[in-house]
Amino acid sequence: MLEAIGSGLYGLVAGFTNLHWSNPIMIIVGLCLLYLGIKKDFEPLLLVPIGFGCILVNIPLAGLMEEEGFLKIIYDAGIITELFPLLIFVGIGAMTDFGPLLENPKIFLLGAAGQFGIFLTLALALALGFTKLEAVSIGIIGACDGPTAIYVTSKYAPHLLGAVSVAAYSYMSLVPVIQPPIMRLFTSKEERLINMGTVKKSVSKTTKIVFPLVVTVIGGLIAPKGLPLLGTIMLGNLMKECGVVSRLAKASENEIANIVTLLLGISIGATMDGKVFLTPQTLIILGLGFLAICLDTACGVMFGKLMKVVTGGKVNPLIGAAGISAYPMSARVVQKEGQKYDKKNFLLMHAMGANTGGQVGSVMAAAVMLSVLKGMGVI
Amino acid sequence: MDNWTFGITMVVVGMGGTLLTLWILSVIMSVLKKAFPLKKEGEGK
Repeated sequence: MLEAIGSGLYGLVAGFTNLHWSNPIMIIVGLCLLYLGIKKDFEPLLLVPIGFGCILVNIPLAGLMEEEGFLKIIYDAGIITELFPLLIFVGIGAMTDFGPLLENPKIFLLGAAGQFGIFLTLALALALGFTKLEAVSIGIIGACDGPTAIYVTSKYAPHLLGAVSVAAYSYMSLVPVIQPPIMRLFTSKEERLINMGTVKKSVSKTTKIVFPLVVTVIGGLIAPKGLPLLGTIMLGNLMKECGVVSRLAKASENEIANIVTLLLGISIGATMDGKVFLTPQTLIILGLGFLAICLDTACGVMFGKLMKVVTGGKVNPLIGAAGISAYPMSARVVQKEGQKYDKKNFLLMHAMGANTGGQVGSVMAAAVMLSVLKGMGVI
Repeated sequence: MDNWTFGITMVVVGMGGTLLTLWILSVIMSVLKKAFPLKKEGEGK
């Protein structure tokens, strides 16, 4: 009898006795993510479920990430199958207006320059001893695009998913802090004062409808391995622009995106088990991810300077910083930075063009990367 | 393939490929704008 009572009581303290030293630390990390999301409003839609998922998975004996655990079921259904990031992409496509980009197609090139950090970081990760596919997954943090990072990492280095996705989303939310010093470092005051004028509305509805179809076909033919990413974002955009399936477009950008964001966030949090997450490797990945976004910004601004020279001083190099995928945050940062020097300088729409170019650029960079890997026989 | 060759290939082909693809798309977009101008659509209505 006493033995049974003792066993029963042990059941109530088993959670405490099975705590690994890393679990309390990760619970604090989860609380920090919740704090950043709730109090600081940094990407709350993602940091709140990620933070909570992190707390859940670090409570021992609950078995949430074991076979038939509810987090494991969600993870297997949406992350392993790559379904969640792709569904998010349909929503992103439905939310994005490529109008400013279509007004000035040359700005598309800034969206390419804003991805150079991916490849430079990949090379650095290789030099630090990561395997080829791990380096690819770390480099993709530089896409500054959560779903793309999750898509690539879940496919080729799932053991790094927690670190990569936390880095990608954290740095996306820190774009207003990370970018301005780099923008100032690489530009002169005269360059920051360049006024690009107003954006004329010259794009027809037909062009806006044909655009996603052309990008899908041409981009898909050049880099077929990335077609799931490219196809889903362009499907969402086609539904938005064609105007005849507004119910589907609205569902994609609201209900579907919201549900998937919740499930995606909580299952990413569930990969942050302290025993796996708290390693020196994670710290290196966070450092490399930060570097990737700095390099993206620097390359974008430098390419903006090149465009300034080529166009005879018509392009303000600051908009190059918006060639990353953090939409529309990065464009707003450019607008704010430009107005620090001239209150009448409205760079927002030009930066929006570069920013949407960065969205397509990040997907295209991932697609090119996967196709090159396939071509080299690495995957 | 050793890591050095792989890294250099990814940097050169990756950056070049992304830039080239987006340049092709920008050219196509410019052609599209000319093929489907805003004014013409307005007149059609």
